[in-house]
Amino acid sequence: MSKDLTMVEAVNLAMDHAMAADPNVVLLGEDIGVNGGVFRATQGLRDKYGLKRVIDTPLAETLIAGISVGMAAQGLKPVAEIQFMGFIFPAMEQLICHAARMRNRTRGRLSCPLVLRAPFGGGIHAPEHHSESTEALFAHIPGLRVVIPSSPVRAYGLLRAAINEPDPVIFLEPKRIYRASKKAIDENSEPLPLDTCFTLKVGQDVTLVSWGASINETMEAASLLEGHGISAEVIDVATIKPLDMETILASVRKTGRCVIVHEACRSFGVGAEISAGLMERAFDDLKSPVERVTGFDTTMPYYRMEDHYLPHTDDIVRASIKTLAN
Amino acid sequence: MMTRSEQNQPAMEQYLDAEGEVMKNLPSWTFNTETLIDYYQSMVVARCGDQKAVALQRTGKMGTYPSCLGQEAISTVCAALLKKDDVLIPYYRDLPGLMKRGIPLSDVLLYWGGDERGSASDAWGKDLPNCVPIATQAGHAAGIATAIKIRHEAGEPMQVALCALGDGATSKGDFGEALNLAGTWQLPVVYIINNNQWAISVPRKIQSGAPTLCQKGNAAGLPSFQVDGNDVIALHEVISEAIERARQGKGATVIEAITYRLCDHTTADDASRYRNSSELEEAWQKEPVKRLRQFLHHRGLWDEQKEQALKAEADRVIEASVKNYLNTPLPKIEDLFDYHYANMPAQLVQQKEEALLRHQMRQGGAAHE
Repeated sequence: MSKDLTMVEAVNLAMDHAMAADPNVVLLGEDIGVNGGVFRATQGLRDKYGLKRVIDTPLAETLIAGISVGMAAQGLKPVAEIQFMGFIFPAMEQLICHAARMRNRTRGRLSCPLVLRAPFGGGIHAPEHHSESTEALFAHIPGLRVVIPSSPVRAYGLLRAAINEPDPVIFLEPKRIYRASKKAIDENSEPLPLDTCFTLKVGQDVTLVSWGASINETMEAASLLEGHGISAEVIDVATIKPLDMETILASVRKTGRCVIVHEACRSFGVGAEISAGLMERAFDDLKSPVERVTGFDTTMPYYRMEDHYLPHTDDIVRASIKTLAN
Repeated sequence: MMTRSEQNQPAMEQYLDAEGEVMKNLPSWTFNTETLIDYYQSMVVARCGDQKAVALQRTGKMGTYPSCLGQEAISTVCAALLKKDDVLIPYYRDLPGLMKRGIPLSDVLLYWGGDERGSASDAWGKDLPNCVPIATQAGHAAGIATAIKIRHEAGEPMQVALCALGDGATSKGDFGEALNLAGTWQLPVVYIINNNQWAISVPRKIQSGAPTLCQKGNAAGLPSFQVDGNDVIALHEVISEAIERARQGKGATVIEAITYRLCDHTTADDASRYRNSSELEEAWQKEPVKRLRQFLHHRGLWDEQKEQALKAEADRVIEASVKNYLNTPLPKIEDLFDYHYANMPAQLVQQKEEALLRHQMRQGGAAHE
């Protein structure tokens, strides 16, 4: 049996199924209990699983990460919600100094199978500090995994996999597309692999690589390019770390061209890592320089200006056509 | 009459004065002398082990090390009062407690010798490894206590988490956030502040304007006590009561144990730059090992012969540990990679091969053969 669900409903269903499957899975965060989370990602779960497994914490992000480390080190599987990615920074010390290192610093005696979920990204006219995309900060940390779904189906499958994973996973949910569309999700869906990119559209002339909410504009760009007689392949990276470079390399070796699209600011971003990987391993196959269509190296603007910051479909189309000029 | 602002200062719990003289009626458990003798022996062995660790650093056989000289009583009593399946969340000056928990000294030396395997052995159970970033362990302890509470079956006694920190740690937000939670959720956790008067070079009086550090617990609704951290009898009383409260599901306690760091912050520090010698000399008069020895002497429970036998036994145990540490083979290069993820990502598999190749090249291997 399948149900049509939005991304946020798929996130909810994934946690519901994970909790039913494993009594060690515990949810915690601010306003996730009675209120069901400010985006309703945990709606109904407290009633279903009780106060001991769906826990409203005090308003303290350092603590949320700290207790998650302690809980995970004793064998629970905490799935913690940080209400917005803009408030994740007090948790950084715990993630970097402890969650990411626990297995290594005890040579496997203890581990830290936690998931930290956070809605992220711009485009919903949110208050200040609510719209950043800082996935690269986390991707730089040894010991973490960073996962970003771009559809309800992948949100479900990747979150199930993230909760099953024996190591810490930062699970970033692009809130701009939380309710963008409904997709059929089978009740018996399997977790998706956490080390694999997804090829959303097969093409021959240029590879478009993106993740999160930008996948929407990237897919739109691919269909506009068809109108120009250009066949674009679209890859959803999905798992930022560890990065599945093989899928991207195989595609770029075929097309010879690559445009990387992300909301986060450009310099030192995940796009730079992908571009470097292409230079190292597909240099001879590249017919033109890799293009990046990204946010700017500015502060994520408050919402009156955010549209000027976010990459648009036509930016992706133009960059793609530019790669075809060579 | 006291002004409002002068009220509510808790009195420090103390049974033995600096000379080991009894100040008030002793609790009945002290009549069974076994516990006190065990405390004394453990403290002496720990102090010998600690001084050996400093010597290993001074002779280039171990890295930077934070001595626990003067603080042996707190750590020893905490660990002695925990049950095996309770969880100790130590700070980095807890060598006596780790040894009391049954963790071999050689593990501790291996850790300070720059080797993660020092925190790996089964002897550690579920205890957390040494915590270097100050006060971050306060959150772990609250999380461990939360896990205990979630899994607890009604009617059973609870496991207990015990978290050690220094006076400097009480200035950090992590500490405040953890106490706040421990109060709100009535967690089975004991926070013990080793107030040794110094956070590297910053003395207690400019660390906080609070008259006591334990009163930070009161703001979180927690019972909070100050205890003489160099008096094992007072420590035993206050800590066992706190552990029992936690075990009965009645919630957390904050304990401030007053002691003094008789050593430098670490072997990389020189406390004479910021601390005057008269203060140090005065502190030596109050130290815990001498105090308990004098008490035991007065009671006819200890003598020079027993002291010599104990020192000889300590030397034997420590020499065996040192030998074990020094003879531990170097870790494998693969170890650098093998413990980051249960499922190693492709990038790390490739980088592991690269590291092995690099090593081979540096040894004049592959490329030259």
